[in-house]
Amino acid sequence: MNRKLWAALFLAGLAAPFLIYPVFVMQLLCFALFACAFNLLIGYTGLLSFGHAAFFGGAAYVTGYLVKNAGLTPELGVIVGTLAAGLMGYIFGILTIRRQGIYFAMITLALAQVIYFIALKAPFTGGEDGLQDVPRGMFLGLVDLGHTYHVAGKPLELNLYYFVFIIFCIGFWIIHRAIHSPFGQILKAIRENEPRAISLGYKVERLKLLAFVISASLAGTAGATKSLVFQLASLTDVSWHTSGEVVLMTLLGGLGTVLGPVVGAFTVVALQAELSAFGSWVTVVIGVTFVVCVLSFRRGFVGEVLEKIRTRPPGQND
Amino acid sequence: MTVAMSAEYILETRDLTKDFSGFTAVSEVNLKVRKGSIHALIGPNGAGKTTVFNLLTKFLIPSSGSILFKGKDITREKPADVALRGIIRSFQISAVFPKLSPFENVRIALQRRLGTCYHFWKPVSSLDILTERAFELLDSVGLKELAHHHTEELAYGQKRALEIATTLALDPELMLLDEPTQGMGAEDVGKITELVRKVAQNRTILMVEHNLKVVASLADRITVLQRGSILAEGEYDEVSRNPQVMEAYMGSVHA
Repeated sequence: MNRKLWAALFLAGLAAPFLIYPVFVMQLLCFALFACAFNLLIGYTGLLSFGHAAFFGGAAYVTGYLVKNAGLTPELGVIVGTLAAGLMGYIFGILTIRRQGIYFAMITLALAQVIYFIALKAPFTGGEDGLQDVPRGMFLGLVDLGHTYHVAGKPLELNLYYFVFIIFCIGFWIIHRAIHSPFGQILKAIRENEPRAISLGYKVERLKLLAFVISASLAGTAGATKSLVFQLASLTDVSWHTSGEVVLMTLLGGLGTVLGPVVGAFTVVALQAELSAFGSWVTVVIGVTFVVCVLSFRRGFVGEVLEKIRTRPPGQND
Repeated sequence: MTVAMSAEYILETRDLTKDFSGFTAVSEVNLKVRKGSIHALIGPNGAGKTTVFNLLTKFLIPSSGSILFKGKDITREKPADVALRGIIRSFQISAVFPKLSPFENVRIALQRRLGTCYHFWKPVSSLDILTERAFELLDSVGLKELAHHHTEELAYGQKRALEIATTLALDPELMLLDEPTQGMGAEDVGKITELVRKVAQNRTILMVEHNLKVVASLADRITVLQRGSILAEGEYDEVSRNPQVMEAYMGSVHA
């Protein structure tokens, strides 16, 4: 059952650019990966970071800068962006990981604002304009990611699309594996009852720090990839709006579910695209959607479905 | 003589004291827990029993005094380090992982020995070698049939039994039980008492307990705390006849 679902989703991913505007699908994938990385923290470790845009946007700037100015190939650009975000995650982590709840959220937000300020003021980030005209480059020096195919009269950037799709799959697989690993089990235990996990002899702070670094790195992967897709790293990527959006995506889709953040990211990005004609009303519509969702199905889209499946089997009388 | 003494006692505290900004919750407590015994810590509400517990497991830092485990000073160690030495505690409110199954609860504890807790690249099937032991432990507390149920839906007594199974998974030398029968019906109290007796066979137990019947039937030795200090110590009969203890518990006034 599970295998079939994954196979179907994979095939859908392969076919997607022929059915939907590829750049839009790539945008969906980048944000979906971002939300999945975020979910590893909030859904499986119980840490609410309010500064994840720093990793997403920070990596976008690093990758954009190096690909544009140092001539890095796109795959190296994404790898370096990921590592940079991981390093930032480590620094953020050692400063925040001892804090709990709202304090943790506020300090991550404050640190993210520092990154925002650097992106705004530093001489190499392009200030208000951001880094523009980031080249898509040659994958492994061989495949031109900027190449556009014409299928049935439609221009399709298939090279870039499959590049992004593969990155998404790898990132998603890493998160999926981390959740279903010995490490993931302990993370869940920490989320459920931290004092108990400590009393069993687990060094909770180190475990949380590792989760934070993995989450930050993959958020960076998403941001780095995004900077190649849009050929742009901008202040929006590092702003607190983006940090808030990823919280929204994860909550809408379902905290602590594997596919929830993907569904949530698709919903938010699709709403933004569909409603873009209404200008700033988008925010209002998404806000109302969010309120309705939280009031009527707290577990998020995927969370509610799973709960239905769980409670259905007969013979389990309470 | 003193050397023999310290080998006999697995846990000792020396003038253990805890101040909370002026209020002395625990004052110069000298506790000695004999190896292989069941030692009960009793006393009226607010006597400082749970504070002593939190000090012993490092969840609180002592203001002064020291704690020795098997003759080693562990006063400055962190909670996880103390756990690694073989001191495992339970909590007053049942300490389970509610959204994990009872099987997973026990496996979390067993996992520590594998040393793979940072291995995020390994599949969860790498933990299958623990399955058999996890079922043995669940069986020993009568939860085998419920292994894959939802822990949050278990009855209160079952949660406490699960907690004991999880603690046993680490094969601790010293188990600290914080009110294991608190909030239980008579039937569950009996079951947990039997369980504690069973698991105490080759280890030491220090327990805080309100239920004096449980204490009478289990404990080899009893320490009575009052207002942060030791009021009396000895076997149950001895302690229960102590007039000071009677006063502390019953509030009976005598001149």
